Amino acid sequence: MERALEHDLIVSIGDNILSPLGIGTEETYHAVNAGYSALQQYEGLWGIPEPFIASLLDHKAIARMLDDKFPTKSFAAYTSFERMAILSAAYALEQAAVDPASKRVVFFLSTTKGNVGLLDKENSYREEISLGYSARQICGFFRNPNAPVVVTNACTSGSCAQIAAMRALQSGRCDTAVVIGADVQSKFIVSGFQSFKALSSDPCRPFDKSRSGLNLGEAAATIVYSRRRPKDVHADDWVLCRGAIRNDANHISGPSRTGEGSYLALQAVLQDDCPIDRLAFVNTHGTATPYNDEMEAIAIDRAGLLSVPVNGLKGYFGHTMGAAGVLESILSMQAAANHTIPGTRGYSECGVSRPLQLSASHRVTGQRSFVKLLSGFGGCNAALLFRQGDELC
Amino acid sequence: MLTIAKRVRLTPAGASLNGVRIRTGQTDTNGSLLTSIYREQVGDYPKFFKMDPLCKLGFLASEILLRDEPERFVPRHDRAVVLFNRSGSFASDSLYQHTIADAANYYPSPAVFVYTLPNIVTGEIAIRNKYYGETSFYVLDGAPAGRIAAIVSDLFSDPEVRSALCGWVEYPDDAHFDAALFLVERDGNSGMVWNEETITLLMNE
Repeated sequence: MERALEHDLIVSIGDNILSPLGIGTEETYHAVNAGYSALQQYEGLWGIPEPFIASLLDHKAIARMLDDKFPTKSFAAYTSFERMAILSAAYALEQAAVDPASKRVVFFLSTTKGNVGLLDKENSYREEISLGYSARQICGFFRNPNAPVVVTNACTSGSCAQIAAMRALQSGRCDTAVVIGADVQSKFIVSGFQSFKALSSDPCRPFDKSRSGLNLGEAAATIVYSRRRPKDVHADDWVLCRGAIRNDANHISGPSRTGEGSYLALQAVLQDDCPIDRLAFVNTHGTATPYNDEMEAIAIDRAGLLSVPVNGLKGYFGHTMGAAGVLESILSMQAAANHTIPGTRGYSECGVSRPLQLSASHRVTGQRSFVKLLSGFGGCNAALLFRQGDELC
Repeated sequence: MLTIAKRVRLTPAGASLNGVRIRTGQTDTNGSLLTSIYREQVGDYPKFFKMDPLCKLGFLASEILLRDEPERFVPRHDRAVVLFNRSGSFASDSLYQHTIADAANYYPSPAVFVYTLPNIVTGEIAIRNKYYGETSFYVLDGAPAGRIAAIVSDLFSDPEVRSALCGWVEYPDDAHFDAALFLVERDGNSGMVWNEETITLLMNE
C-alpha cells in the first residue's frame, strides 16, 4: 500500500548559482556578502543603439568549464542558454548525489525567453527556438527519461517552478525534482525593456527615493528538491513549506495599486504555524522600478509585515528574469543559515509610502524562516515560505 | 474527484461548446474568424483589439466557455487559470523581432513587447473575469495530455482552488491555431472525469 504523502516535507538537497559574481552558491554568496555588484555599463553591444547597464555572464568561460567537467562530451549542439543551465544543474545534482537518469526524477525549467536571441539569425519558427526543445536538450543531456516541464510565468517563473515541483513531489509523481531557472540577455529583451522605459541608466536602487528602473541580468540557478518524512528532516535542512500564486486581475503590464495579488499570495503562505516574529526577512522582487517597489510596500503593509526586515537583491546581479526566483531563494537560504539579512545594495533613503524595515548594509538575524516574493507581467505574483528544519518542531 | 463541467474548442475550422458546433456567420468579411467570433459572441470588450493573436484566441475561447455562468464578473479567489502550449508566444516574438532587426528601421514598442510573454493570456482572462486566484502558463513538448492532467490535478492541492479554467491554447500562425479549454471542478457532477484519457480524446475530437 502506498504511504500517505501529505505530511511529508519538501527539502532542498542540493543547489547551485551560476552568476557573474561567482561559480557556485558559496562564491556568489561571498561576493554579495563583500558588497560586490556585477552591474556594469555596455555600449554598442548587440547593435543596441542606447547604452545599458546589465550583469552579464562570461559564456566562453562557461563553455570551458563544461569541457573540463565533461571531457568526453561535445557541447557544440547546445546554445549558451542550454549550456549554463546544464552546468548549474550538474553542480547541484552532484551536491545532491542524485542520479538524474532515474525515472523518479523530473526536471522543471523556469525561463521567460530561452533561446529567443536565435531570432536575430533567422526570424522563422524552428524547433530549437521553443522552450520545450531547450528543456528536452537539458534533461536529455542528463539522460533523464521523463518529459520536462517548462514554467513560463514572466518574472515569477522561478517561484512558480518551485511550486510546481513541490506539488509533483507531494502527489508522489516523482521522488526528486530538479528546478532550473535560467535566462540569457539579448537585443530582443534589452530593447523591449528599453521601450517600456523600465531600465535605469545607473545601477538600480531598490526602494530608494531616487530609483528610476531596473537592470537586467544573466544567471542560471538550480535547486534539487526531495520529499522527506518529518522525522527524517535535519535541523539545518531547508524546507519549502508553502507556495502561492495569485493574480492582480488589474493590468497586464502595470502592478496593482493595492498590491492585491502580492498581498493575497503573502496571506496564503503565512499561516498560524509561522508567526511573523519568526521571519528573518521578506526577500522582495525589488526591481527598483517606481511602481513595482511601491506595490510591494503596500502588499507587505497589508499583510502586517511592517515589523519584519525587508531586502532586495537586484543591486548585486540585476533582474535575472526566469532565474530570479531560484537564485534569490538559494541566496536567501544561504544568508539566513549564516544569520545574515543581506543588505539592499543601492538603497539609501526610503522612497515608498510605507515604512519598510530596509537597510543598505547587512544585518544579523537569529531567525531561520523567510518569505520570497516575486511579481511579473500578466499580473502574476508568487510567494514562497522557507523554513529551516529545526524551526518546524 | 475532478470533473470537466464544460469544454470549448476553437480552431480555424470554427468553434464548439461541449461538442456542439457554434454557428459563426463570418459577417465581418474584412476580418478574421476570431474577429467575427468576437463580434458575435462578445462585442463589448474593446481591449480585445489590442491583444495579440494568442490572447485573442484564449480570451474568445474563455468567453464562450463562461458565457452562461451565473454571477459572472463577481470577483472570485477560488478559480485558477492554467494554460499550456508548445510554441510559447512565438507569433508575437516574431512580430517584435521585425521591429528591432534593422538599424535603419528600429522601432521597438512596449505594446508589442508585452505580448512576448505567453502568460499574458492568463492575465487577460483574470482581468476580464476578476479572478484573483492562481494564473500559470506551461510550455510542453511532445504529447501533452498526461502532463496537463497531472499539473491541473496537483493545482487542487491549494485549498483555495475550487475550479480551474485550463487547457491548451496554441497560436503558431494564422492557419494553425487551436484552443481546447476546460472548466474543471472539484466534486463536480458532470460525469466526465478529468484524466489523461479524457483530455486526449477531447483534444483530438
